[in-house]
Amino acid sequence: MRFSEQFESRFAEMLTHYPTKRSVLVPTLLYAQDESGSLSDEVIKEIAGRLELTELEVRNVISYYSMLTTHPRGKYNVQVCTNIACLLRGADELFEHCEKKFGVKHKGTTADGLFSLEEVECIGACSWAPAVQVNYDFHENLTTEKLDNVLDEYRRK
Amino acid sequence: MADINITVDGRKVTAAQGTLLIEACKSVGIEVPSFCYYPNLSLQGACRMCLVKVEKMPKLQTACTTVISEGMTVTTDSDEIRQARKSMVEMLLGNHPLDCPVCDAGGECELQDMTFSYGAAESKYMEPKNHKDEQQWSPVVYFDRPRCILCYRCVRVCGEAMDVWALGVQNRGVSSIIAPNQEDHLECEECGMCIDICPVGALTSGAYRYKTRPWEMKHVGTICTHCGDGCKTTLGVRRSDTGMEIVRGDNRDKSGINGDFLCIKGRYAFDFAHHDDRITQPLIRKDGRLTPSTWEEASALIGKRFADIRDHQGGQSIGVVGSNRTTNEESYLLQKFARIVLQTNNIDHHRTADFPAFAAGVTGKPESTASMRDVFNAPAMLLIGNNPSEQHPLLAWQIRNNVRLHRARLYVINSQEIKLRRQAANFVPIPEGTEGDVASFLAGDDSAIDTAGNETSDALKPLRDKLRSEQNLVIIFGSEIRGDDISSLVKFGSNIPGSKFICLGDYANSHGAADMGLYPNLLPGYHSISDIGIFHQERGGEIPQTPGLTLPEMVESAKADKLKAFYVVGANPVGRLGLDPFSFSQGFVVVQDMFLTQTAEIADVVLPAANAYEKAGTFTNTCGDLQLLKKAGEVNGTKPDFEMIVRIADAMGFDVRKLVPFGRGTRADMGQSRGAQAGEADRHAVWLEAHGLEPKMSPFDPMAILDEIQRLVPGYDVSRMDLQAGD
Ligand code: SF4
Ligand code: SF4
Ligand code: SF4
Ligand code: FES
Ligand code: FES
Repeated sequence: MRFSEQFESRFAEMLTHYPTKRSVLVPTLLYAQDESGSLSDEVIKEIAGRLELTELEVRNVISYYSMLTTHPRGKYNVQVCTNIACLLRGADELFEHCEKKFGVKHKGTTADGLFSLEEVECIGACSWAPAVQVNYDFHENLTTEKLDNVLDEYRRK
Repeated sequence: MADINITVDGRKVTAAQGTLLIEACKSVGIEVPSFCYYPNLSLQGACRMCLVKVEKMPKLQTACTTVISEGMTVTTDSDEIRQARKSMVEMLLGNHPLDCPVCDAGGECELQDMTFSYGAAESKYMEPKNHKDEQQWSPVVYFDRPRCILCYRCVRVCGEAMDVWALGVQNRGVSSIIAPNQEDHLECEECGMCIDICPVGALTSGAYRYKTRPWEMKHVGTICTHCGDGCKTTLGVRRSDTGMEIVRGDNRDKSGINGDFLCIKGRYAFDFAHHDDRITQPLIRKDGRLTPSTWEEASALIGKRFADIRDHQGGQSIGVVGSNRTTNEESYLLQKFARIVLQTNNIDHHRTADFPAFAAGVTGKPESTASMRDVFNAPAMLLIGNNPSEQHPLLAWQIRNNVRLHRARLYVINSQEIKLRRQAANFVPIPEGTEGDVASFLAGDDSAIDTAGNETSDALKPLRDKLRSEQNLVIIFGSEIRGDDISSLVKFGSNIPGSKFICLGDYANSHGAADMGLYPNLLPGYHSISDIGIFHQERGGEIPQTPGLTLPEMVESAKADKLKAFYVVGANPVGRLGLDPFSFSQGFVVVQDMFLTQTAEIADVVLPAANAYEKAGTFTNTCGDLQLLKKAGEVNGTKPDFEMIVRIADAMGFDVRKLVPFGRGTRADMGQSRGAQAGEADRHAVWLEAHGLEPKMSPFDPMAILDEIQRLVPGYDVSRMDLQAGD
């Protein structure tokens, strides 16, 4: 199992921050996922070994956090917030729009592997609801038209 | 630590600083309900059953995570609290299948009890329940997901306490589920701790599930027979066609030295008792074949042959082998029978640890042996040799949990990478077979380990310094260390203030067998056979004073056709020690066993023996803790070894009163204060009187021999009350 140099230097640096190795598990998983797209069995095994944890423990943590996934996602992970503020401002409509547009349901990925869709809880952008997060970027005050534009941009990238 | 005063339900409660509120309440008999809280496991605060009102705190608080503080005023019962608890139960029942009528936990389920107490009989939830079929995770662990109330006790006991970490929690919130380490099955030690600790019937045992109902069993507290640690176990027994069948074992009442711990062997290994191969009738060799017979015929035959051989060839032509698995009373009786009835010192057993050397090493050093409980409380422990995780599971549990809960320091010296190194503050690997040299090195002989390589000595030197600075160190050593090396180790330990020792022997009563004198040269209590002492006085000199033959010497003697009779009680020297079965073809061989072992196969008479779950008596665990066995199971047709020995003595025409002190006045108390009989009072009766004990009325009562053991064997005169109470 090989990670990038950047990953390795971050990992080594993080280890120095905490008294126990297991403390770096969550950020390590995130960085690993950013690199490999998802947390494969191989990645889990590697990280468990490095942090002296059982694979089960690593899997438990992955299953706890919705940001972490063991299944490959599309290139762009479209996360539509349907929590209360966004809900009141039409999040349901946005989500259904995406479902139709991509032809997939919650946690599905388009056939071309470009987009994944996810319904998520509050992402902390309530003041600009409704909000959608694509990978690490936020898009706010959306309407279906605005969202279409945003998604087209990604498609063009 | 300073004491803290609080008020609970109007009562003043005082407890040590750092005590959890739930424990403080318990100490005065106020029960705060709980699911996820479990003493000695990390706090979880997941179930919210333990909600109580703490004055000046805004919301109800969880008593299981609240540490008491001075002046705290607590209410554990009010309408608000009852309502909160009721809602918790209601929520837990929301998805619960309520299949109590067929659930193994039915009748001893904490969820049932709570529902009963808080009466969450009706539910507001209209949603359909989630169902998931029961899963088998391993031969013994079954998981019924809908019954699980997510208390996480199983996860914690497996991880923290067992150090196996085979169970985990997947997902979160309402969709959390308990998961095994191999996706759909478990790879683990199969100890069953998780099953036992589960408050409901979510985890059930493959050995017990759907077999019976808890209230249909009789529950008998006795001692596990599978290793030298001596766990207390509560056996659930039930009538069966062949006697009383043991259906399950656990120790949920946390009585005894092991608390609620049992390992895989103690928890599941009793099916041997009702095995089809069990012998249930005496067998006598007729026309070359072992043929079923009667007790009368068998005892008469043995009695006649033993007496003939003794009278015509002398006691030295008889050999006796005792057992590591019979009770102290049986071992004591056997050696007494050998010495005074058979007139021979040819008695031995399968030796494991060198207990005689250990006893010699610690004589004159009171308080130098550690009990199993001490291991949990010692500030520091040194382990040399052995692999407790496999050979002494309870000891390993005590060590691990002492490290985890009390931050005790563990030092491990071993030739293998044993699992306990994970708890060790310091692990020093040594070459195999150098354990004894290490003992000498520790005692100050630096030259002892030069041969072992420099790396080892580089690691051992600082360790020795560190050990020397410890106090109340418990030194635990395996049977790799024997003879003089034990004295070296004791010498080393004696310079450490308050240090104590544990000598590890393999089988359930190896220590007892050694203490009871199953040696050709040692009487009970390691009293040398040639020194005139208490036992000779008792017997008026009836004991032969020349040391007898060891087991290997008996074999040689049999080959030379000198040994004419061989009496084997609860041992299988042919199978276990690889003796040549033909060595005994000329002699008269009697074997007492449960099964037709390789040794029994060469016997002239085989007597069907009860095992240690099927009789009363005492065992001495490897630490020297004396514990009481109670009869739990029963297989029709078998008898305890004790009774068989007495019957043989009787059949030999021996006055069994001289063997077993039963009835009133074993030796006449002449009642004279002067004259010829003065001082010849019945010592046994006097001792019983002084200890407030009654004479036993039957020659088959092992307690009669226990009386004698307690009277005569050094170290065994422990309080009968403590013994009964299992302390
Ligand atoms: S049986 Fe023992 S080792 Fe296996 S999962 Fe349960 S607690 Fe863990
Ligand atoms: S399986 Fe039993 S012990 Fe484990 S979390 Fe569920 S209810 Fe608790
Ligand atoms: S540790 Fe030993 S005594 Fe305890 S249950 Fe296991 S085998 Fe029996
Ligand atoms: S509710 Fe959508 S961002 Fe907070
Ligand atoms: S017992 Fe206190 S929260 Fe579970």
